[in-house]
Amino acid sequence: MDKILKKDFLNPTVCRMVINAPLIAKKAQPGQFVILRALEDSERIPLTISDYDAENGTVTIIFQLVGEGTMELATLCENDTICDFAGPLGKPSHLEGLKKVAVIGGGVGCAIAYPVAKKLKENGCCVHSVVGFRSKDLLILEDEFKAASDKLVIMTDDGSYGEKGLVTNALETLINSGEQYDEVIAIGPLVMMKFVCKVTEKYGIKTTVSMNPIMIDGTGMCGGCRLTVDGKIQFACVDGPDFDGHKVDFDEAISRSSMYKKFETHKREAACNLLNKEAE
Amino acid sequence: MVNTNPNKCPMPSQDPMVRNKNFGEVALGYTLEMAMDEARRCLNCKHKPCISGCPVLIDIPAFIAEVAKGDIEKAYEVLSQQTSLPAVCGRVCPQETQCEGKCVRANKGESVAIGRLERFVADWHREHCAQKPQTVQSNGRKVAVIGAGPTGLTCAGELAKKGYEVTIYEALHTAGGVLVYGIPEFRLPKDIVKYEIDNLKALGVKIETNMVIGKILTIDELFENGFEAVYIGSGAGLPKFMGIPGESLKGVYSANEYLTRVNLMKAYLPTSKTPIRKSRNVAVVGGGNVAMDAARSAKRLGAENVYIVYRRGMQELPARLEEIEHAQEEGIIFKLLTNPVEVIGDENGEVKAIKCVEMMLGEPDASGRRRPVVKPDSEFIIDIDTMIMSIGTSPNPLISSTTEGLETDKWGCIVTNGDDGLTTRDAVYAGGDAVTGAATVILAMGAGKQAAAAIDKMLNEK
Repeated sequence: MDKILKKDFLNPTVCRMVINAPLIAKKAQPGQFVILRALEDSERIPLTISDYDAENGTVTIIFQLVGEGTMELATLCENDTICDFAGPLGKPSHLEGLKKVAVIGGGVGCAIAYPVAKKLKENGCCVHSVVGFRSKDLLILEDEFKAASDKLVIMTDDGSYGEKGLVTNALETLINSGEQYDEVIAIGPLVMMKFVCKVTEKYGIKTTVSMNPIMIDGTGMCGGCRLTVDGKIQFACVDGPDFDGHKVDFDEAISRSSMYKKFETHKREAACNLLNKEAE
Repeated sequence: MVNTNPNKCPMPSQDPMVRNKNFGEVALGYTLEMAMDEARRCLNCKHKPCISGCPVLIDIPAFIAEVAKGDIEKAYEVLSQQTSLPAVCGRVCPQETQCEGKCVRANKGESVAIGRLERFVADWHREHCAQKPQTVQSNGRKVAVIGAGPTGLTCAGELAKKGYEVTIYEALHTAGGVLVYGIPEFRLPKDIVKYEIDNLKALGVKIETNMVIGKILTIDELFENGFEAVYIGSGAGLPKFMGIPGESLKGVYSANEYLTRVNLMKAYLPTSKTPIRKSRNVAVVGGGNVAMDAARSAKRLGAENVYIVYRRGMQELPARLEEIEHAQEEGIIFKLLTNPVEVIGDENGEVKAIKCVEMMLGEPDASGRRRPVVKPDSEFIIDIDTMIMSIGTSPNPLISSTTEGLETDKWGCIVTNGDDGLTTRDAVYAGGDAVTGAATVILAMGAGKQAAAAIDKMLNEK
């Protein structure tokens, strides 16, 4: 169990792994996540499940190499076993009954937005996907999104692929062209989700965001993942990770996400140095 | 001959100013001579009041009599009849309100040091007896236990001894529950917990970690998988916050988070990959054992000033006496009759101070303790860079919310029919903090033991 069956890189810093985890695969739904430790002494990190196959008993995770935990995970190869792999955690996304939805993905957040688009499509919903990346070489899951969407708009910050601009520009263009969405589902960096919510608030469109704060246990025990939603404390791990985007205090979430920035930078550099040394 | 010394034999300990900089165990344990000497303080009185103070009814005078004779293995056998975790309980039980609180010797002087003797016997056994418990012949019947904390471990051990095939499902990556994520190394070395868990495994108990029941499997699915009874010991892990402004600033922790980082994730080791804040001035809000653990951990991590901020007085502190004394010796500053009303942050969203008010004690409330009331115009500021909220926890709803027919009360505690722990679902039992709300290790163990007996009886009649 928890063996890595397949590993590939979607872009230079984004890795995809297909894990043998039959019990989790059987229960997983879009929006849910796993907590894992790559090695015996690794940090516990939450990763949203980006695909699952109950029949074959596999769960797919896609992650960006941002910190020591994800770097250690990326050192594992096919046929290696992930030390700890717990899930599926969090509440599934509510996707039933939706007729027309705009799914907005930003960067590696597209890995989480993809199963949502896929499930909506399976449910017979009309899916418009807007995915944004800094540049063409960071683009991921293009074919997958194409298959799961009735319309796909790709945005890059520098215009090296698709259209130049931000996902919010594309979303606003779609809305102004007369598209009427039951709901907008936005998954990506906190700043992106914040501004998507600002746009949709203007048009009064219900917006769901997927929050991914710092977390330890993922079962409601530590409270580290707390957010302020509608003025109340909510735990992303058990009350979310999906929340009504118009009620989330994004500025607070952005501030809290930088709590260990120094430590993480230091550890990442240390990990890089170590890997460089090994490579020499 | 009875030792007439009115005081307990003192516990050898690390010097306070040395130990407040390391995570090694504070109390070093009795020598054999000290233990035998202390054991002779027991009067072996006829009515044995100490036993009635013990939630698992250990035959205290009997084990102490063996210690007095120097037959420590025999003493261990007596302990083992009633408790499966003596090395743990000897360290973390609130003896002063249990066995030792009833000891006749306490009428004139100090009680017999029952807790210290229990610890001595368990440690002696661990160090001198290599023999592992034997697997009992299986009776072919499967029981599932949810949660590898004190209550689950106890229940599993009792059932395994009777021949049941027991599987414990644990949500975290390490078994032990609060013994590994909550109680710090300096109070309960993790090697001891591991030893006890290895013993359970030797008995034949299977432990599956990383299994969040309610998510990966429901209780109904456990029955479908052939389990004939389920024991829920999922604890009370959900941290409470005060609901005052500023609680989401960077540097405000729940005690659960702080202690989990330090204990489970070993953030106190320089090699740890889990971060913890480097603090200079820390306020811990609350007065229980968890608050003491958090405060003393912060001190050991290098904080200069660590405050316990508690709204009642010294007499009302709910922590074990020994923890309070140890905290004081280690330089923890007690700000009593003090309650925070606001956390103040700087321009980067980091906590920089707390605004507090002074309290006075008024009339007794429902709990019988005098209710703290705010002293008018008493606001003051304490400069801090880290705040740890230790004001209690409530049961985790992951299981109750996914199990149809499992009733909980308004606090989220699982409803049981009393002593044997039967819930509102057939063949589903529960105990420990999941039923009582946050309480002690020993009460949780007592509940696990009673439920094991009830499960055995129920399955035999089936």
